[in-house]
Amino acid sequence: MTRYLFGVLAFVTAASLTVTAQAPTYRAPRTPDGQPDLQGFWTNATYTPLERPQNVTKEFYTPAEAEAAIKLAIAREAAQTEPGTTADVHYDFSQFGLDRSQSKFTRSLRTSLIVDPPNGRIPPTTAEGKRRIAEREAEAKRLGGRWDSAESNQLDDRCLIMAGAGPPMMDAAYNSNYQIVQAPGYVMILTEMIHDVRVIPLDGRPQPPSTVRQWMGVSRGRWDGETLVVETTNFNGKNPFRGSTDRLRVTERFTRVADDTIRYTFTVDDEAMWTRPWTGEVPIVKTNGPIFEHACHEGNYGLYNTLVGARLEEKRAADEAAKKGSK
Amino acid sequence: MRNRCLTTGNVVAAASAGLLLLATLAAAQAPAYRAPRAPDGKPNLNGIWQAMNTAHWDIEAHSSAPSPARELGAAGAVPAGLGVVEGGSIPYTPEALAKRNENRANRLKLDPEVKCYLPGVPRATYMPYPFQIIQSQKHVMMVHEYAGALRTIYMTEQTEAPADSWMGWSNGRWEGETLVVDTKGFNDLSWFDRAGNFHSDALHVVERFTARSPDTLNYEVTIEDPKVFTRPWKMSMPLYRRVEPNAQIMELRCVEFVEDLLYGHLRKQPK
Repeated sequence: MTRYLFGVLAFVTAASLTVTAQAPTYRAPRTPDGQPDLQGFWTNATYTPLERPQNVTKEFYTPAEAEAAIKLAIAREAAQTEPGTTADVHYDFSQFGLDRSQSKFTRSLRTSLIVDPPNGRIPPTTAEGKRRIAEREAEAKRLGGRWDSAESNQLDDRCLIMAGAGPPMMDAAYNSNYQIVQAPGYVMILTEMIHDVRVIPLDGRPQPPSTVRQWMGVSRGRWDGETLVVETTNFNGKNPFRGSTDRLRVTERFTRVADDTIRYTFTVDDEAMWTRPWTGEVPIVKTNGPIFEHACHEGNYGLYNTLVGARLEEKRAADEAAKKGSK
Repeated sequence: MRNRCLTTGNVVAAASAGLLLLATLAAAQAPAYRAPRAPDGKPNLNGIWQAMNTAHWDIEAHSSAPSPARELGAAGAVPAGLGVVEGGSIPYTPEALAKRNENRANRLKLDPEVKCYLPGVPRATYMPYPFQIIQSQKHVMMVHEYAGALRTIYMTEQTEAPADSWMGWSNGRWEGETLVVDTKGFNDLSWFDRAGNFHSDALHVVERFTARSPDTLNYEVTIEDPKVFTRPWKMSMPLYRRVEPNAQIMELRCVEFVEDLLYGHLRKQPK
């Protein structure tokens, strides 16, 4: 395993790190109807954190520093569970090929995905944002402990929606894979996790009324030269991205800068939560298809079993208490 | 009672004759239409489509019936339908027919749709929700509103199903005006409708999508499953384009709608 990881690390090539320099001369192939062709299977799996680590003050690592940071992150990921424990059998990501290092992941010299603000950190929360966070915490408390009901559990454990779907599309810890298919007037982006899919119209139609709210919002796209620009609003606010609310507006820009790379930038604007908009950037890289069916809810034995287990634990505790009481 | 049975028989016979006539007419008309071409020269089937029939209730001919959920009253009534199965009824083996009837009797408990499970094929096509065809050279995608169900139809890099799944593994080809989709690799968990019609993991579905006018498709399906049926059988129906200028596939993320139904009995009880 260790040797394999070093093999992956050796794959940090000059080519993948100089994508930005190539960008101006590269022109994407065209689909039959003339759109820049973004089609294929892609991944945004990355070890680059969204926010710049507190002890890092620069925007870019040197190649050697980037390699060291990735190595450290891989080791940390592998050390998530203790070998030989029950948790390790179930969650040993390296054993089951789920950790990022065992499949294609994207590399950059950036110390954070956030490129603006320049400090690489999410901007301060507004007063309303603080109030909304408090409201959410109160609501979570009202729903009870995590194992009290399906509704009080986490969205991903409920197979409702996962982190990578977005928008913005983010590394999802594993299976951070996407498929893009284009037809005249439309771009379709499929997220592997829970087969979440956006069919984005390019005909300039307006957003629906604000009474229409969706988990992934409503996306509208347009071509700006070589770049696909997608604006998304009408979120239901129930799947906060780093705290975002139903007033979130996400602007994504997809530019194919090499045969195997799409430069993806996302701007997150939510007046209710942050004092200013903020922007991140990640190179999305080609990966191998196909994408298999991710029938999460249909096979969600985990949620069922944890709820059954929690009720059994309560019964056992109650029985023991009753026994003690009767003595 | 005897009279009622006779009447029902007559209605079914008349309906079958009507269906036959319709089918003959449709077959005679079909070849006349040539679809507009997609930019790559293939028939352009891009669009948002929807069935307009009661096959999602029961693919066989059926009378109207009260709602399976009493509280919905007439709002949940089952509308009658003349059926979409060629020849009228599905050629079940006797054991399979018994299972279908058992499914039907317990459909509120057993129907995968009630649980927000993926619909399978061909059920996805004629549920009462739209789906969108996104047609490219390598892949034709079918994105369904219900449960965000999705199909990838491989047009070039075709392989066997790597594992069983709800929506199966689809390989497609163009036969003149027709998109032919061959799907195998199903699990045995999905149904054909809300009436308990079902299949096994030996299911093999061949679908034929053919434009019959600018805004309608002919949809023909051949079903093969030797574990459940005595012979292959067919269903067919038109699909209609959603022509509203703002038509789009909306989110029907139904998981949260069924959590209380599926897990409510496991909720922590107040002390």
